[in-house]
Amino acid sequence: MGVIERMTVAVEKPLKEAIWDCRMCGQCILHSTGLTCPMRCPKNLRNGPCGGVRANGNCEVFPDRPCVWVQAWERSRKLPLFRDHMHHVNPPVDWRLKGTSSWINLVTGRDHKRPAGWAAPESSAHA
Amino acid sequence: MRTPSRLAGLLHAGRFVVTAELSSVDSGEPEAVWRRVEPLRGVVDAVNCTDNTGAHVHMSSLAAAHLLVEKGIEPIMQLAARDRNRLALQADLLGAAALGVRNILLMSGDDVTAGDHPEARSIYDIDSLQLLQVARNLRDRGTYLSGRRLESPPVFFVGAVENPFAPPLDFRPFRLQKKVEAGAEFIQTQLVFDLARFHAFMGRVEDLGLLERVFVIASIGIPRSARGTHFMKEKVPGLSVPDDVIRRMESVPPLQQPAEGIRIAIELVEAVRSIRGISGVHLIGIKWEEGVVRVAQGAGLLPRPVAEVVATVGGGA
Repeated sequence: MGVIERMTVAVEKPLKEAIWDCRMCGQCILHSTGLTCPMRCPKNLRNGPCGGVRANGNCEVFPDRPCVWVQAWERSRKLPLFRDHMHHVNPPVDWRLKGTSSWINLVTGRDHKRPAGWAAPESSAHA
Repeated sequence: MRTPSRLAGLLHAGRFVVTAELSSVDSGEPEAVWRRVEPLRGVVDAVNCTDNTGAHVHMSSLAAAHLLVEKGIEPIMQLAARDRNRLALQADLLGAAALGVRNILLMSGDDVTAGDHPEARSIYDIDSLQLLQVARNLRDRGTYLSGRRLESPPVFFVGAVENPFAPPLDFRPFRLQKKVEAGAEFIQTQLVFDLARFHAFMGRVEDLGLLERVFVIASIGIPRSARGTHFMKEKVPGLSVPDDVIRRMESVPPLQQPAEGIRIAIELVEAVRSIRGISGVHLIGIKWEEGVVRVAQGAGLLPRPVAEVVATVGGGA
């Protein structure tokens, strides 16, 4: 990590940790999730809540904490922008980016690189 | 692409399908699998082989599924993202196809903290939606997630799960939609007890135009005892058991509770069967194959179509 990235991380990390409990995955999708960090989900889900969410809206794994994705859904409904992003299929996480600056990765386009075999399947109506 | 999945053939032919679950096996003997699955022969169209269900260790779903193939019973192999990274998941999908497994059911998996090794490291490298799309890319494009080409693509019918009863309720139909967009061709739901909520969910699924794109199989639990229903309500993640079901089980003496549970399950089968877009039922009697047989009989689901009939209708995605 070069000096510019280290300096950027020095600003980005404490700021985003303080505000969003950010986990520094380096490929930020906060704007798509109602400003709720999905990496706080203990299952690392990037595409919505698992089937284990409790009736009171709390997490399957941490019964005393609200489900991150329940929060993401509710908060995203209140945002004026990016509301439809909750319906997008988010690609797999690139774990090499963990701990790097998502701001720099956004500018360089590094966080938008998909694995070469990642493509939406063709829709197949059956009836 | 045409697939020789018998389950796919039945669904595409518009038949109402019946599936069940192989009780988990804690043994290294193939007979342990065969003994448990034999009562289901001719009673169901396919049998789920669970993948460390409830995050408790059992015989691998891949091995169990292959043992079913050997005996001419069609498996649905479950695969959870909890225990494997993207390399191991793809390797197992290819291996399963090579061993004759023609149905796969992809999920995130109950967390390890719910199981018997809560101190274990969970993996969750990719999530269930990403796994669906990876499986479809293996099959449809003949490529790994890396983009590298396969020698020949695997053939399987791709399934997913959805829980209509867990919050956020108004997002659940959209989550199903996302799973269809990621490649799910059939869905098995969480256990249905709450019919009103299930109706509302299926109504939204229909509004989203999903009934033409995915087959929905409703899971029906067969309560065996009042204590069992309490356990399900309190200990199984994401499962909602209404109080009136528990009260009904408690209202009869313990010896008659299995019969009452079977009546409840038969009523639920009949109720979900009348909902538009329900293509089949998945009967779950935990370590209770006889319960599955009695519900299938009582709900008029027998006999099942024989293999020859299905072969002529063929079918595939």
